[in-house]
Amino acid sequence: MVFTFAAFCYMLSLVLCAALIFFAIWHIIAFDELQSDFKNPIDQRNPAHALVLPEYSIHSLFCIMFLCAQEWLTLGLNVPLLFYHFWRYFSCPADGSTLAYDPPAVMNADTLIYCRKEAWCKLAFYLLSFFYYLYCMIYTLVSS
Amino acid sequence: MSAPAGLPPRPAGPAAAVYPGGPGASREAAAPQAGPPGYQNGPVQNWMHLPSGYGSHPPNYSAPSGHYSQVPSKAAASHLDDQYRASYYPPYYSAPAQNALTPSVATSVLSTQASQQLYNKTTPQTVGSAEGPTQGAISSASYLITSAQQSYSAFGNHYSTSVSSSVASQGFPLNSDHYAMPVVSGAMYPHLSYPVAAGSVYGQAFTSQSLPAVGQFKETNTFSSQSTSVPHSLQQRVPVGYNSTISSVSAQSVQDNLSRNLTGSVAKVNNQINTGGTDSSQPVHSVSQSIPFTKSGAGTSSSPAVTSSVRTPAPSLSSQPPSSPALTQSPESALQEAIDSSSTTSSASPVLNNYDALEGGGYPETRSVTSSPVPAPAVPQTSKASKPFGYGYPTLQPGYQNAAPPAPVQPSNLGHHPGFQHYPQQYPSVNQLSSSLGGLSLQHSQQPESLRPVNLTQDRNILPVSSVPAPVPNLNSDLRKLNCSPDSFRCTLTNIPQTQALLNKAKLPLGLLLHPFRDLTQLPVITSSTIVRCRSCRTYINPFVSFIDQRRWKCNLCYRVNDVPEEFMYNPLTRSYGEPHKRPEVQNSTVEFIASSDYMLRPPQPAVYLFVLDVSHNAVEAGYLTIVCQSLLENLDKLPGDSRTRIGFITFDSTVQFYNLQEGLSQPQMLIVSDIDDIFLPTPDSLLVNLHESRELIKDLLNALPNMFTNTRETHSALGPALQAAFKLMSPTGGRISVFQTQLPSLGAGLLHSREDPNQRSSTKVVQHLGPATDFYKKLALDCSGQQTAVDLFLLSSQYSDLASLACISKYSAGCIYYYPSFHHSHNPAQAEKLQKDLKRYLTRKIGFEAVMRIRCTKGLSIHTFHGNFFVRSTDLLSLANVNPDAGFAVQMSIEESLTDTSLVCFQTALLYTSSKGERRIRVHTLCLPVVSSLTDVYAGADVQAIVCLLANMAVDRSVSSSLSDARDALVNAVVDSLAAYMSTASNLQQSMLMAPNSLKLFPLYVLALLKQKAFRTGTSTRLDDRVYAMCQMKSQPLVHLMKMIHPNLYRIDKLIDESTIHVNDRVVPQPPLQKLSAEKLTREGAFLMDCGSIFYIWIGKNCDNNFIKDVLGYPNYASVPQKMTQLPEVDALSSERTRSFISWLRDSRPLSPVLQVIKDESPAKTDFFQHLIEDRTEAAFSYYEFLLNIQQQICK
Repeated sequence: MVFTFAAFCYMLSLVLCAALIFFAIWHIIAFDELQSDFKNPIDQRNPAHALVLPEYSIHSLFCIMFLCAQEWLTLGLNVPLLFYHFWRYFSCPADGSTLAYDPPAVMNADTLIYCRKEAWCKLAFYLLSFFYYLYCMIYTLVSS
Repeated sequence: MSAPAGLPPRPAGPAAAVYPGGPGASREAAAPQAGPPGYQNGPVQNWMHLPSGYGSHPPNYSAPSGHYSQVPSKAAASHLDDQYRASYYPPYYSAPAQNALTPSVATSVLSTQASQQLYNKTTPQTVGSAEGPTQGAISSASYLITSAQQSYSAFGNHYSTSVSSSVASQGFPLNSDHYAMPVVSGAMYPHLSYPVAAGSVYGQAFTSQSLPAVGQFKETNTFSSQSTSVPHSLQQRVPVGYNSTISSVSAQSVQDNLSRNLTGSVAKVNNQINTGGTDSSQPVHSVSQSIPFTKSGAGTSSSPAVTSSVRTPAPSLSSQPPSSPALTQSPESALQEAIDSSSTTSSASPVLNNYDALEGGGYPETRSVTSSPVPAPAVPQTSKASKPFGYGYPTLQPGYQNAAPPAPVQPSNLGHHPGFQHYPQQYPSVNQLSSSLGGLSLQHSQQPESLRPVNLTQDRNILPVSSVPAPVPNLNSDLRKLNCSPDSFRCTLTNIPQTQALLNKAKLPLGLLLHPFRDLTQLPVITSSTIVRCRSCRTYINPFVSFIDQRRWKCNLCYRVNDVPEEFMYNPLTRSYGEPHKRPEVQNSTVEFIASSDYMLRPPQPAVYLFVLDVSHNAVEAGYLTIVCQSLLENLDKLPGDSRTRIGFITFDSTVQFYNLQEGLSQPQMLIVSDIDDIFLPTPDSLLVNLHESRELIKDLLNALPNMFTNTRETHSALGPALQAAFKLMSPTGGRISVFQTQLPSLGAGLLHSREDPNQRSSTKVVQHLGPATDFYKKLALDCSGQQTAVDLFLLSSQYSDLASLACISKYSAGCIYYYPSFHHSHNPAQAEKLQKDLKRYLTRKIGFEAVMRIRCTKGLSIHTFHGNFFVRSTDLLSLANVNPDAGFAVQMSIEESLTDTSLVCFQTALLYTSSKGERRIRVHTLCLPVVSSLTDVYAGADVQAIVCLLANMAVDRSVSSSLSDARDALVNAVVDSLAAYMSTASNLQQSMLMAPNSLKLFPLYVLALLKQKAFRTGTSTRLDDRVYAMCQMKSQPLVHLMKMIHPNLYRIDKLIDESTIHVNDRVVPQPPLQKLSAEKLTREGAFLMDCGSIFYIWIGKNCDNNFIKDVLGYPNYASVPQKMTQLPEVDALSSERTRSFISWLRDSRPLSPVLQVIKDESPAKTDFFQHLIEDRTEAAFSYYEFLLNIQQQICK
């Protein structure tokens, strides 16, 4: 049982993944609040705005780590989401981050529904990957 | 209160009497004229239905109406003339008739109007009676006319042509609706005009025969104008003309609180008369009437007698020969006579029991008013209402069949054309009349007019003669009357599909088009400490709720049962208790509440105006400062506001200049801040000053400003910092920032770079840069919106200024955008004039501050997307820092739950705003629409104009988020899909032809027009700013203006003829027919006027008649007409007068005064004109015919 870099990556990502799950839940709650009119979308304290960039950077960090650890399968599983994040980041109007959820547009039913779906999908993905990382961590620790 | 005898007792029979009379009676005392100061001239009782021009001068009508009372006799001489007039004048004069909400005739008018929103606008405390007599005269005179026409139909079998049209107008309120003066006129006929009909039969028959009779008859009419306080009653019995009818007129004056009884009897009389009149098998029938001339000052002493006579269930019929007004009539005799008459006419009454007659025919008012206080479905009508098109297109009304022998022309417009009724503000009666006459082409089918298949490729003339009406929801007539005006509130589908699946099948967008803050001439304002709202969904109480009993009402949006608060039980208008359904809130679908402090987050803000002016070299060169300062000086006193109004000025070039206007200074002080990276306010307190206290300083500044920068060499523009400063200045209060910008911002935050590639202007492929280049303006706008500040942008530039980015500042702060391409004060006088006119409107129009608008809809429907300038706060809440009367909004809807368990859906917009006087007000509009379950019904109710406007909004979004070509494809697909879906439903249609339902026949034309519009066209050189501006307009213009922009109106004006004219304020306004937008319609011999909404083009053909050029343009011949001509001289010639009156009539119908431009055939400006001829082929775009073929091809694929 050797503590390899890969094992370290998995351990770290396990912790961070928990954070991502938390973010996703936060998003879901935020959109729910928006929809039920408890929150003003213009509100900059809105967690939906604050957590976009951290989420994207944490996920990118995963990918870089897995790349370094040469965990190709895990990387392959994460790459689609990475590209999606890149696309989101660059396709949103002009200088993104804070406006990833464009306040004027976010209340359009289409956008709101899309955002909520996105948040749920991410939650599911992060949950699955959490267990996958757990498994992989143990596997790498045991196998090596 | 007694239900009229002879009338079969209906469940709510008595209520009929109560309902119309009740509010009417006491309101009439309280009501009419002297509204609260806020209200415009009293006589304009119905803001919904009168063109404003009419409204303000009702007295003018009295004279002409007197005059036209002769018409029938003339008509007897020439049938044709009569036919024309008979159907022509009545609607027109019914306009004044509506003003007759006076103590006198009002009672019965009210019976119809009370259920309509028109009525309640006056507030409780008003007491008006001064104008009563006059108006009584007016109204009775106008009744005379209507009835004259009608008497023709009833008795004159010779005049079969006129019979058809006039019967239509009387017997079918539905049909008569399309003669203009809408519901009211339609509604009135059954009630009042009928009674008078008898009189006029009489009068008419005798005009040529016995003068005394005429005189006498006239006396009856003028009678009410005498301001005697003695009650009169006049009774006549005369054998009349054709069928030896006996008519009697009795006019009585009654104490106003009795008038509800009167109404009952009058209503009754209608029925009798109608049956009598239309049943020609009766050789002799007696017709009687009682016209209650109630005067508030009428002697009380005689009223008991009168009362009793009136209370007799049946109308009084006197067997005396024509006599001069008898002062009194004994109750006994009246009673006896009444019994007589009822026995005479009772034979006819069974006809009335027929629901078809009632619903489709002339008496729905009586009934509906009778039946349920408010939402009709309560009573027997339900079955009818839920029947898709059952009652809207009834079989011939029995009376009609009898009276009008095989009518050659069947009023095919039934049920469809009532659409006109709501249209009128802009397009007065005759417009509609002429179009309806045009529409009276031979159509015998029983299917609704709106569903009649039209072969688009063959039918070349699909444009109506005059403007396109808004379709009217297929509701029963009382709901229809209560419904919101289509000018304020329109739905793309007036028949809401039951499920989303059905909506998807129809391939038509579902959405609303709103013009919530429209200038209204009459609006009921309600001051009440508790505003009654549903406890669960917070819907405001509205005409479409149902009262379960006296104490409870059921919300029509969420179906929750609510309690009626104690206060609501008392009706201040009628001063009666226990009639919650007669409160103005429940009688009007558009009302305004004065809100209490519960509706405030902070004390109402004062009106604050900040002007941010560009003074760089470019701006000074363009010379706009003079115009702006001049306009401001002129309109300083007219700026909406109260004593707290504040105003401030900021100018900017590469630095930002503030002006200290603190009271007490000898002259304005300029403070320059050159640190544009970190802008600050030099003296926060004295930059926004009280308009009244610092008036002189402000005037000094405005006088000095244009010359202060004449020698500036500064070419940079620091718009961003100036806006930031403005935001800082405004944020404590909120208000309006007006920005004047003339170039691309080049310094500080928010600087922009030119993104336009001139070579790409006419590219057919990709149009880039439709979105903003930076988020700066959007963010700033959101900040502004948060601080209740709106930014209005005036862009006056000759070069590319990146409107796509700049517009964001207004878009998200609920401002408005004005764009003047290549503005120059002397080189481009047309633009200068336009700026001047726009500014005048801009500065003086109403304004609402710190507004929010919420749109609620029946459970099952949900709002999908909003379009317009605002910030969406929540799924149904728009935050509008400012709201102005020229702002329109569009909303896309979707059906989330099936609507099978309901037959009606309602939409309610509530606009909460602070008026310029510091009052918190809520303006509520409620629209009610039927739900249908079949695809054909969905098509029948399609509102093509609303659909096109909604599609335009969606296409703008699409072109920004995706690409222009995507948006264009989507537009074409919208037509292809919907027509294909229609053709697949109508199996009997030949698939090889391109068919469309009549309701959608203009759809392809409008979409083609959209594709050729500046916003969406490709292939034609279009500057990016022009395109973006057109897009901004599409998003923010209300429907009426947008339609003109998309599809201008073309008229030929060199031969304006007398026929089809209307009279507005003693002016003759010709009504030339609409022309197709095609060069084939232009002839070199003619002159044409194109109405594009914001601009009028007059195109003069090469060989145009010299007389026209001389008379109208004031030049001897074609060659001498100058290239740039923006005004028509006042020449004393008939054609000049007509042209000018036509143009000014067009101008009066809109808030913004359009600029006029005369274009000669060979002038370079003619491309501006020709680009609007959208039916023609251009290098890059299809002609209309080709477009149709293209669609057909795609459908067949």
